[in-house]
Amino acid sequence: MNAHSTSPAFKENAHRALHDPALQRALGNVETGFIGRRKSAADKLPEFEALRDSARDIKNHTLAHLDLYLEAYEAKVTAAGGHVHFAPTADDATAIVADICRRVGAKTVAKGKSMISEEIELNAALEAAGVQPVETDLGEYIIQLRGERPSHIVAPVIHLNRDQIEADFRRVHTKLPPERDLSAPESLLAEARGALREKFLAADVGITGANFLVAETGTSIIVTNEGNGDLSQTLPKVHIVLASIEKLVPTLEDASQMLRVLARSATGQEITVYTTFSTGPRRPADVDGPEEYHVVLLDNGRSAMLAGEFREMLRCIRCAACMNHCPVYHAVGGHAYGWVYPGPMGAVLSPSLIGVDKAGHLPNASTFCGRCESVCPVRIPLPKLMRHWREREFERNLSPAPVRSGLAVWGFFARRPRLYRFATRAAMGALSLLGRRKGRFGALPLAGGWTDTRDFAAPEGSTFQARWSAERRAR
Amino acid sequence: MSAQPGPRPRVGLFATCLVDLIRPSVGFAAAKLIEASGCDVVVPSQTCCGQPAFNSGDRRTAKALAWQAIEAFEGVDYVVAPSGSCAGQLKKHVPELFEDEPELSRPADAFAAKVFELVSFLVDVRGMKAVDARFDGAVTYHDSCAGLRELGIRAQPRALLESVEGLTLTEMKDSDVCCGFGGTFAVKYGEISDAIVAKKADNISAAETGTLLAGDLGCLMNMAGKLQRLGRPVKARHVAEVLAGMGDEPAIGEPQGR
Ligand code: SF4
Repeated sequence: MNAHSTSPAFKENAHRALHDPALQRALGNVETGFIGRRKSAADKLPEFEALRDSARDIKNHTLAHLDLYLEAYEAKVTAAGGHVHFAPTADDATAIVADICRRVGAKTVAKGKSMISEEIELNAALEAAGVQPVETDLGEYIIQLRGERPSHIVAPVIHLNRDQIEADFRRVHTKLPPERDLSAPESLLAEARGALREKFLAADVGITGANFLVAETGTSIIVTNEGNGDLSQTLPKVHIVLASIEKLVPTLEDASQMLRVLARSATGQEITVYTTFSTGPRRPADVDGPEEYHVVLLDNGRSAMLAGEFREMLRCIRCAACMNHCPVYHAVGGHAYGWVYPGPMGAVLSPSLIGVDKAGHLPNASTFCGRCESVCPVRIPLPKLMRHWREREFERNLSPAPVRSGLAVWGFFARRPRLYRFATRAAMGALSLLGRRKGRFGALPLAGGWTDTRDFAAPEGSTFQARWSAERRAR
Repeated sequence: MSAQPGPRPRVGLFATCLVDLIRPSVGFAAAKLIEASGCDVVVPSQTCCGQPAFNSGDRRTAKALAWQAIEAFEGVDYVVAPSGSCAGQLKKHVPELFEDEPELSRPADAFAAKVFELVSFLVDVRGMKAVDARFDGAVTYHDSCAGLRELGIRAQPRALLESVEGLTLTEMKDSDVCCGFGGTFAVKYGEISDAIVAKKADNISAAETGTLLAGDLGCLMNMAGKLQRLGRPVKARHVAEVLAGMGDEPAIGEPQGR
């Protein structure tokens, strides 16, 4: 698949984002909301750090034996009467889903929130197949109304303000009285529920993502705060679970451990409002449930990651804590990253999935402040993995020329200490004279990225090494 | 001040590029503090710790520079740098660079074990509890990222600042959030870097102190440069200057006046 990505234009995207007042207003919510809630949830649980260790270990163990767990999972789903489809690429996955919809004559599909659906651009594929996808997650529903992409993996519309959403609802829900009051967030939710309820009932197929797949039982687990996950999988006659292969965990016990770190890291909740388990189609004694149950397991580059230096990224449970704590994400928001996965996790994952030639900016656009790693529930060393991408780019000569040549000059001198001492002493002496009057520079050649917006301190004069040897010799 | 019994350890001062080139007085402040903690200071011929190369994906240059530092600091008991970022590079990342080379990884690990950031060296290694310094005024302290998250430096500078006569410490909001410097990031993604440091500048101003302190010159130059461009009156200094009683020299980006 040729992923639609604007990641190569990251700088332009970021520029636009920084000058978008509505976006900047909305982004304030990331910093004020998520960070404090996660912290108080983590502080309340004395064993939180130990839980993070065990979450990391569970994922590492699973990844080390992923083939076995995939087989076990498939066997359980099959035994329960379901079907497992392996999809090597995004196109394979969309084709499998479209085929199922066509076979059962589906007109409408009710969807729960799924980042994999975004990754494979499922909605476009369904529409092309004459099937109408209906997003049932409030955030995704708004995204669909606006023809956008989520800007955050947990809170898809974090880039919007309430008044923007109200305007969208008034634009689209034309059958409702125009004078209705939509000033409270709950009224927006109620209105969306009303609009969606009819579509749930009409949907022939329900598609959900999965937070975890349990090998021991063949169960898929999703967590939501709206309960739409429940409806999209129990009401329609066909339920399709869309998940990537690294969602596996060995046992239900493991899954429950993962759930404890996931909810706290994502939203600061002890547990999300709804945790829905599904295993196979409806059995004769069940009161509800689908007649058909399918699982589409997406690879799309992940098994290649298993063997390489980005394997640790496959531990990710999509909690979004890394982006919630990222100063770059706070500044530019999720859309600037240009593809489905924003923030630090996207900076590592996107180059693996769509190629570093396209997503090359993302691992570079980080200060390496390390706050992401410090909150990641499965302890993914995100800065280290971003650095690995920079190494790949450097090896392949993909890094920008001015950076390479600047570094090469620096490296040349730095590897020759005598020459370095000589050259720097002279240069700092000269610079210091130039900057003497003000003590700083308002503009410097080649450093416009800095001096356009900030002054640059002038050197004191001479160098520490020169002054030290002069002064100590004089003693 | 504290002086531990036994022979005086030999400390190799790793000045860091920015201190060497831009603000040598930080190096002298660091030397003074290390000596006050009961050590002798030497300054071997040195250049760069290699972090700019390492973080730009140029492992080869990073390794060459790391090895140069390992050789330059042979024979000292400790290697101390007035920067959490450079100390983090030497302590945490140099071993990573050589982990696949058995003959080199042993000396690299031994070197890394000797490396400390200045203030944590004074407090954690030398047991320093107070300094003999005076600074009249209120300061706020920014926790630079590498020092904070790679080396766990948070309480140490605050503890020593407490002991400075005449000084009051007022915490700013989000003192642990990145200032947007990020080495080459500040130039490569200047616009984003600026947006981040603009927030930092607001938090610094809101603390209403006359002085900003931190333990890393790169971050300080970034924050000082923004504060000055915005015309804010806050002065920026390396924490070592204040701890060494050298807080009356011109602040970062101020005219020399000498
Ligand atoms: S990388 Fe870690 S913090 Fe980020 S979404 Fe994945 S699990 Fe969460």
